[in-house]
Amino acid sequence: MSLKRLSYFPGCSLKTKAQNFEISAIEVSRALGVELVEPEKWNCCGTVFSLTDDDLLHHLAPVRDLIRFEEMQSKGLVDDNRVLALCSMCYNTLKRSNLRVKENDDDLKNINDLMYLEEDYKRSIDVIHFFQLIEELGFDAIKEKAVKPFDNLNVAPYYGCMLLRPKEVAIDDPEEPAVQEHLIESLGANSIDFPYKKLCCGSYQTVNNKEAVARLAHDILGNAQKRGADLVVTSCPLCAFNLDSRQKVVKELYPDFREIPVLYITQLMAIAFGLDKKTWGFEYNYIDPEPVLKNKNII
Amino acid sequence: MVKIGVYVCHCGGNISEVIDVKAVAEYAGKISDVVLSRDEAHMCSEVGQQLLYDDIQEHKLDRVVVAACSPQFQEKTFKKTIESAGLSPYILEIANIREHCSWPHFDFPEEATEKAKDLVDMAVAKARLDESLKKKMMPIGSNVLVIGGGIAGIQASLDLGDAGFNVCLVEKNPSIGGHMAQLSRTFPTEDCAACILSPKMADVPANPNIEMLTYSEVKDIDGYLGNYTVTIEKKPTFVDPDKCTCCGKCVDVCPSKVPNENDEGLTTRKAIYLPNPIAVPHSYIIDAENCLGCYQCRDVCDPDAIDLDQSLKVIKKKVDTIVVATGFDIFDARDKPVYGFGKYENVITALDMERMIVYGAEGNPIRPVGERIAFIQCVGSRDEQTGNENCSRICCMYATKLSQLLKRSNPKRDVYVFYTDIRAYGKGFEEYYKRAQKTGVKFIRGRVAEVIEDPETKKLTLKVEDTLTRNMIKSQFDLVVLSVGLRPNKGTQNIADMLRISKSSDGFLQEAHPKFRPVDSFSDGVFLAGAVQGPKDIPDTVTQASAAAARAVRLMNQGEYALDPIMAFVHEELCDGCGLCVEHCPTQAISVSGGTASVNEALCNGCGSCLAFCPKEALDLHVYSNSQILAAVQAVLKNKKKGETRFLVFADDMTVYKLSDNVGTAKMSYSLDSRIIRVPSCSRITPRLMLEAFKAGADGILLGESEEKSSPFPNAVQAVKQNVAQVHQVLEKTGIEQERLRFVQFVTVMLGGFVKNMNGLEDYIRKNGEISAAKRNALTKYIQA
Amino acid sequence: MKTLTITSKNVEFLEKIETLSGQTITMCDQCGVCSGSCPMVEEMDIMPSQMMRDVQLGIVEVLDTKTMWLCASCYTCTARCPRGLDLSKVAEALRQYNLRKAMDYIDIEELSREELRHLPQIALVSGLRKFTS
Repeated sequence: MSLKRLSYFPGCSLKTKAQNFEISAIEVSRALGVELVEPEKWNCCGTVFSLTDDDLLHHLAPVRDLIRFEEMQSKGLVDDNRVLALCSMCYNTLKRSNLRVKENDDDLKNINDLMYLEEDYKRSIDVIHFFQLIEELGFDAIKEKAVKPFDNLNVAPYYGCMLLRPKEVAIDDPEEPAVQEHLIESLGANSIDFPYKKLCCGSYQTVNNKEAVARLAHDILGNAQKRGADLVVTSCPLCAFNLDSRQKVVKELYPDFREIPVLYITQLMAIAFGLDKKTWGFEYNYIDPEPVLKNKNII
Repeated sequence: MVKIGVYVCHCGGNISEVIDVKAVAEYAGKISDVVLSRDEAHMCSEVGQQLLYDDIQEHKLDRVVVAACSPQFQEKTFKKTIESAGLSPYILEIANIREHCSWPHFDFPEEATEKAKDLVDMAVAKARLDESLKKKMMPIGSNVLVIGGGIAGIQASLDLGDAGFNVCLVEKNPSIGGHMAQLSRTFPTEDCAACILSPKMADVPANPNIEMLTYSEVKDIDGYLGNYTVTIEKKPTFVDPDKCTCCGKCVDVCPSKVPNENDEGLTTRKAIYLPNPIAVPHSYIIDAENCLGCYQCRDVCDPDAIDLDQSLKVIKKKVDTIVVATGFDIFDARDKPVYGFGKYENVITALDMERMIVYGAEGNPIRPVGERIAFIQCVGSRDEQTGNENCSRICCMYATKLSQLLKRSNPKRDVYVFYTDIRAYGKGFEEYYKRAQKTGVKFIRGRVAEVIEDPETKKLTLKVEDTLTRNMIKSQFDLVVLSVGLRPNKGTQNIADMLRISKSSDGFLQEAHPKFRPVDSFSDGVFLAGAVQGPKDIPDTVTQASAAAARAVRLMNQGEYALDPIMAFVHEELCDGCGLCVEHCPTQAISVSGGTASVNEALCNGCGSCLAFCPKEALDLHVYSNSQILAAVQAVLKNKKKGETRFLVFADDMTVYKLSDNVGTAKMSYSLDSRIIRVPSCSRITPRLMLEAFKAGADGILLGESEEKSSPFPNAVQAVKQNVAQVHQVLEKTGIEQERLRFVQFVTVMLGGFVKNMNGLEDYIRKNGEISAAKRNALTKYIQA
Repeated sequence: MKTLTITSKNVEFLEKIETLSGQTITMCDQCGVCSGSCPMVEEMDIMPSQMMRDVQLGIVEVLDTKTMWLCASCYTCTARCPRGLDLSKVAEALRQYNLRKAMDYIDIEELSREELRHLPQIALVSGLRKFTS
C-alpha cells in the first residue's frame, strides 16, 4: 500500500527534549498510511504568535516555513497543500500567521518584499494539526489498528490552550472539544472527562515562575486524578514539560501530591498499535509510564 | 390644455421681506398654461383659501401652484380647499420659497428672488403633468387572526373581541396561557401568576366573538391587508373537551410516561394528560406521538370522552388583519457549556426554578434546593460569544424575585446573585430590588467565568471576580440557577417568512418605527405584540397587545381604508414582461402575468426603487412620474446663465426634505446654487434621470436620503447606491468628475451636516467649473442606451 | 486613600495602547469574566479587568504592575469576553510598551546553567520573546 505523503513541521523541541513525540508520531502515522515528510530546511516558527498589530517582523519566521512547504509541494515531494504540525504551539503560530497574510494583502507584500531572497509566498498552504488528520482518517481506522487490551486504562485527554483558542484556529469546539476523547475510546481505553482539560499549563511562565506552573500542574493533574485518571495525554511539548517534568516542583510544594505519568498522544497510540518499544520513547518522559501500564497488564 | 393658477404668498413678511413677490408673480404669469398669477398676503388664511376656491370656480382652474412655506405645514389645508372646490387634491404643487429660499438666503434678496422664480418654474412644470388622482378606497372587514395564545395573544383577542371584532386565536400548544402559566409569582408585586392569568384565560372562550383554536398551527398565509387567506392545521386531541370531567382515572392506567414539558422536564406525565393545572380548554388530551395505542384510558373513562376517531383538521379562514404574538423561548443554556447545564445535575435554569417554587409552595418539592444557591445573570444575553448582544430585560428582575422568594421561604439559605448590572428600571422595580437586599440576598458584581462540579458531592464551584472589591471569589454552591435570556420562539421564523416581516439585528421581529410605530410591522395590517418583537415583562406585553388591538381597530373600524396614490404603475405598452423588476420590490408588490407586469396597489409602498431596474422604463411612479421629474429638472435649470453654476438636491420626504426645512427655519445660510427637489425616496431617481439632469445644466447632484435603519423603505439605500454607481461609471467615461454626484444619508437633526454638504458641493463645483457643453452632449448616447 | 486626577493627557496613553493592540478598550464594561477565567490570576497583583480599567482611564502606573508579565497568553479571556475584546492583545501591547523602551523583564543571566539545560527550547524561545526586547 503506498503511503500518502504529508508535509510535516517538527518544531524545535521535537528534535531534542521531545523526541518521544516525534518518534512515536512518525511510526503511528506510517501505520495509518501516512508518511510525514520533513522539509530539508526549516526554521523555528517563533513559538508564539506576535500579538501587536504593528509587528510584521515576527511573522517572517513562520511565513518562511510556509514557503518551504510550498517548495515541497511544487517539487512533488508531498501529495497535497497541507502541512501537519504535531506541537500545538507550532500549529497555533503557523496557522495564525498564515491567516494574517491570507487576510492582509499589504502585510503579505511587505513580508515577501523583505524576504527578497526567498520565493514569494503564494498563500497556498493550509496548516493542520495531527488531530485533524486523525479525524480525516476516521476513528474506525484507529480501532482497526488498536490491538492492546486498554479496556481498564483510564486516560485523561489534556488539550491546553493552543489547539482551542482563539476561535479562528480551534480544531474543535473550544468549550466542549471531543476529538481526543473519541481517539482514546477508539484505542479501547476509557476517556476521563475533567473540567481542567482546557486550563492553561502556565506556558512560558515556567522560565521564571515555576511555582505558578507547579500550582497549575497540581490543579490540572489533581483534577484528572480525582476523576480516576491513570495517565494524562497531551500534544504540546511545553504542556508536557510543565505537566511532566515540573512534577518535581509540584511534589516539593505539595507533599501529598501523587505522581501521574504524562504521555504524548502518539506514544499512547504507539503502545496501542503494538509497535516496537523503541517507538515509545519512554526515556524522554520524566515520570516513568511503565509501572502504570504494567499494573494494567498492558505491557 | 391645462389652466394653471399660481399664488405667491407674502407669508406676512417672512417671504416678502426678502423676495420681490410681485416680480415672481409677474414672472409666473408669463409661463405658458398659467392663466392666473397672484401675490397674496397670507395664502393659508381664510381670505387666501376663499380666494383660491373662488378662482377655481370662476376661472375653471384645473392645476394649482402655491409658492409659499414648506408643504409640511399647509399642504393639507390647500388640498382640502381644492377638494371642496371639486378638484383632485393631487393637482396641487407647492414651491417652497420660504424654508428653501427667503429664510436661508435672507442676505441675498436679488439672488433669492431669482431662485424663487426657478422654484415656481419647477412647480409649474410638475403641475402641468399632474394627474387628477383620487385616493383609492379598499374594503376591509372585521376579522382578525391572532397567532399565539400567550398573555399577549390573550389580551389582544379580548380587546378586539370586546370591541366587536371577530377574532380567531390560534395556539400551537394544547392550552393557551404561554410561559406566564408556568411562572410562580410575578415581579414586583409577587402576584401569583396562575391566579391572575386564570380569569383572563377563562374569558377567551367565553367571549362570543373569539374562536379559540388550540393545538393548532398556522401553516400558510396568503394575501394582503383586508384580504388574507389563512390555512390552519388543528391536531386531534382524541378527547372531547365537552365531555372530559378531568377525573384523572385515565392517567392511572396509561402505560406511557414521558417528560412533562410544562415542568421543563423536571417531572413526568403520561401520554394522556392535562397540559397544565389551569389549562384552557380544561380537558385532558392524548399526545399521539407517545400514545402506545393500548386503549386502556377509553376503558376507564366514565363520561366516554375518549374519541379515537378524531383526525387532523385543515381549516381555511379569511381575515382582514393579523396580530403576531408568538412569544419567546428561553435561551438554550447548553449553548453556554462553561456553565455546565445539561452536564451537571445541580445547574438549572430560572424557568426550572419557577416550576420548583410552584411545587414547593404546595409542599410538594420536585427536587432538592439546598442551602447555598447562586444565580448567574446574563446567560445568553449581552454576550458576543453566544451571538446575542441584546439585553433580555427581565432577567435582573426575575432573579431579584426568585432569590428573595427562596430566602424568605427558608432564611437559613444563603442566596447570591452574580450580576454585571441590575436593571431595575420599571415601576416598583427599584423598591423591589431594595427589598431583596433587605431580605439578605447578596448581590455580587461579577460575571461568572466558569462552573466546576465536584464529582463526589455534585456541588458546584464558581470562579468569579467581585469587581467592586477586586477580590477573586471561589465559592461552592448546592445549586446554580442560570438566568437565561429570551430568544425568539422557534415558530416565529416561519410566520415571519409567510408575512414578509423582517427581523431586527437581535433576531426578534422588527417594528415599523421604534418610536412611533412600535406595534406595526412593515406589512400593512400585520401587528406585533409581546415578546415576539423583543424581550419584555408582563405589563409591557399587555400594553403592547392592547396597542396592537387598537391599531387593528383603527384600520378596520370604518369598513374601508384609503390607499395613498403615490405608487408604482406600469406603462403596459412599454412592458415586455421580462420580470426583472419583480425581485427588486421590497414588498413583493409586482407580479408578471400574461406578458405584462402589474403592481398590487395594496402592497406597493411608493418607494420607487423598482423603477431603475426596468430596462424599458415601463415602470413609473404616480405623483412623481419620470416625465414630471424630467420636466421639473429642466424647468428649474432653464434660467441658468452662462458662467453660473447650479446643483440639484433630491431630498427624500421622510428625512432630508424636513432637514432642509429645519435648516431654513434656523436661518442657516447655504449655497445659492442649490435647487431642492422633493421625492418620496431618492430610489425613484433612475440613472437616466440623473444623466438628464447633468445634460440639462446641473453641475452637481446631491441625493439625500434617510439612514438605512430609519428608512420606511427597506431597499431604498441599496437601490440608490446601485443607481449612483451606474451613473458614476458613465461620468468616468465622459470625463465628468465623479464627485459631482454625491449620495449622503442624513438624520433630521444634522443641520450643520446639511449646510456642510451643500457648501462643500458648491465649493467643489466652483473649483472645477461648469461642466462643458461638449461633455453634456456626450451624455446623450448614454441616456438613450 | 488615593485621589485620581484625570486630564486629557490620560487619553494619549489609552490611544497608544488601543493602536498597538487594535482593541477598542473603552468597550470593556468591567464584567470580570476575564479575571474569573485567568489561570494565572492568583499570582497577579491586579486583576486583568483592573488592568483594562487602568488603561481606559489612562493610568500610566499600570505599566509598573506585574499582571501583564504573569499573563501566559492562553487566550481564555479572549475566548470568553462578552464584548468580544481580545485581552491577550492588550496585555501584549502593555508588555511591548515597556519592552520597546529597551528594558527586559527577565535577565537570562539569572537562570542557572542547570535550569537552562533543563528547559526545552520551546519554553526559552517563547519566554524570551515575551519578556525581552
